[in-house]
Amino acid sequence: MPILLDHVNYIYEADTPLAQKALNDICLEIPDGQFIGVIGHTGSGKSTLMQHLNGLVKATSGHIYFDGEDIDGAGFDKRALRSKVGLVFQYPEHQLFEIDVFSDVCFGPKNLGLSQEDAEARAREALESVGIPEELYHMSPFEISGGQKRRVAIAGVLAMKPRVLILDEPTAGLDPRGRDEILHQIKSLQEQTGMTILLVSHSMEDVAEYVDRIIVMNQGSVMLDGGPREIFRHYRELEEIGLAAPQVTYIMHMLSEKGLNVDVDVTTIHEATREIVEALKHP
Amino acid sequence: MGIIQAMHVVYEYVRRDEEGNVEGSIRAVDDVNLDIAQGDFIAILGHNGSGKSTLAKHMNAILCPTEGTVWVDGKDTRQQEAVWDIRHSAGMVFQNPDNQIIGQVVEEDVGFGPENMGVPTREIWERVEESLKAVGMYQYRKHSPNKLSGGQKQRVSIAGVLAMHPKCIVLDEPTAMLDPNGRKEVIRAVRALNDVEGITIILITHYMEEIIHADKVFVMDQGKIAMQGTPREIFSQVERLKGLRLDVPQVTLLAWELKKQGIDLPDGILTAQELVEALHL
Repeated sequence: MPILLDHVNYIYEADTPLAQKALNDICLEIPDGQFIGVIGHTGSGKSTLMQHLNGLVKATSGHIYFDGEDIDGAGFDKRALRSKVGLVFQYPEHQLFEIDVFSDVCFGPKNLGLSQEDAEARAREALESVGIPEELYHMSPFEISGGQKRRVAIAGVLAMKPRVLILDEPTAGLDPRGRDEILHQIKSLQEQTGMTILLVSHSMEDVAEYVDRIIVMNQGSVMLDGGPREIFRHYRELEEIGLAAPQVTYIMHMLSEKGLNVDVDVTTIHEATREIVEALKHP
Repeated sequence: MGIIQAMHVVYEYVRRDEEGNVEGSIRAVDDVNLDIAQGDFIAILGHNGSGKSTLAKHMNAILCPTEGTVWVDGKDTRQQEAVWDIRHSAGMVFQNPDNQIIGQVVEEDVGFGPENMGVPTREIWERVEESLKAVGMYQYRKHSPNKLSGGQKQRVSIAGVLAMHPKCIVLDEPTAMLDPNGRKEVIRAVRALNDVEGITIILITHYMEEIIHADKVFVMDQGKIAMQGTPREIFSQVERLKGLRLDVPQVTLLAWELKKQGIDLPDGILTAQELVEALHL
């Protein structure tokens, strides 16, 4: 069990008149190798929660355990934690700063104390895994496209070989193909390496397509936690907190109301196609 | 002549080295012709780097064409003295609401534009009120913008543009950073401005389902207009769009997949209702 959250609370500006509760009694287990989607409206506490997982923000009360060790305990090496739990912020391309793509990705592993040679090997591997071709290695990060920049920034975190990778809206502002490419690469990375992935997203369609488990945040609490089909079954409750089900789920509900015998829990186009074809064959 | 007209517009970004010598140039917009009628709802699609934002910035004289001409409400954008008139006619809303809000209080933020134009004080307040009402944010007029949600902030940004009484609003990915509800709120507000106030809308987005009600869609690729037509005409061409790194709404994709499985369906289904009808349910 790499990460365990035990009654975690977080209060912004605690002990001042502006005190505001951002996380409320969070208990979660995050086992190895899961692909988890985290959804919630703006201000629901999802980013704050993610920042707790690698010790960037310290819980006001409660405990967070990584591999059984309390990350706020005396003697816990938070620096090491940050290389094990990699966090990719929103618009990570704004953080690219080196003279070329390759040096930028080498920065993380070098900072971990790896030799130049090892750092370069890691950078090469990370860039390959996000589909950045070698021709781009020696270009300035400012000369490549938006989608490529985003992938270079993700590679920068991957080069630290984290066991847990947290991505805060990695596809915001990308065109549909760029979005699919990044999510696809993350998915295959998870399958190949067994890395745990936490994906914060506002796209219900993307979440439905890629993740095994969804955590729904609302007003600083975990409102729902389960598989995509189960979570999107609660679509009316999701709408009440500013979210929705994937469009295809609504389509299935509508078809079902009109008398077509289909499973309304479907969350992806692929499943929906199969369901409808079957239902039309055997009405 | 329409509210926005472009003829053979070319825009080149010039790259310079550290001494300022020209190293090369990138043609971001390449021979674009457009004629947008007053009151139309126009959508512009295109992959990252296709030139759509560069083109949008020509619509209120943030950029002027390297070659060719853009007219906004009949005025050539290269005429220096027309720039202010042009920006009053065509307002712009960008992706990140946090970069566009400057006031401490919502109503002050919305009043900034007309105040800057020299509108008399009493009229400023009238405009603030009507603009906030038009986007459904009037009850938040005394709030601090930084306590609002993303969708609310973005609607305040739109109200700020609206208070300048533009004929046209250009929105460059206004929903990219919003949650599903925020996206819905913003699109609803934008559609109402078009339907009720008759304001011309030019919407750039990567969310295909946001534009199914548009009057016309332009798809850009490599600085050129690669496709144009009604949403139905555009979304009927699923493979072509995928080739341009784009997508179609989920219902359109579902119908297309079903058709491939041998189910008799027309191309370019845009809503769940249309799918239900086409399946004769």
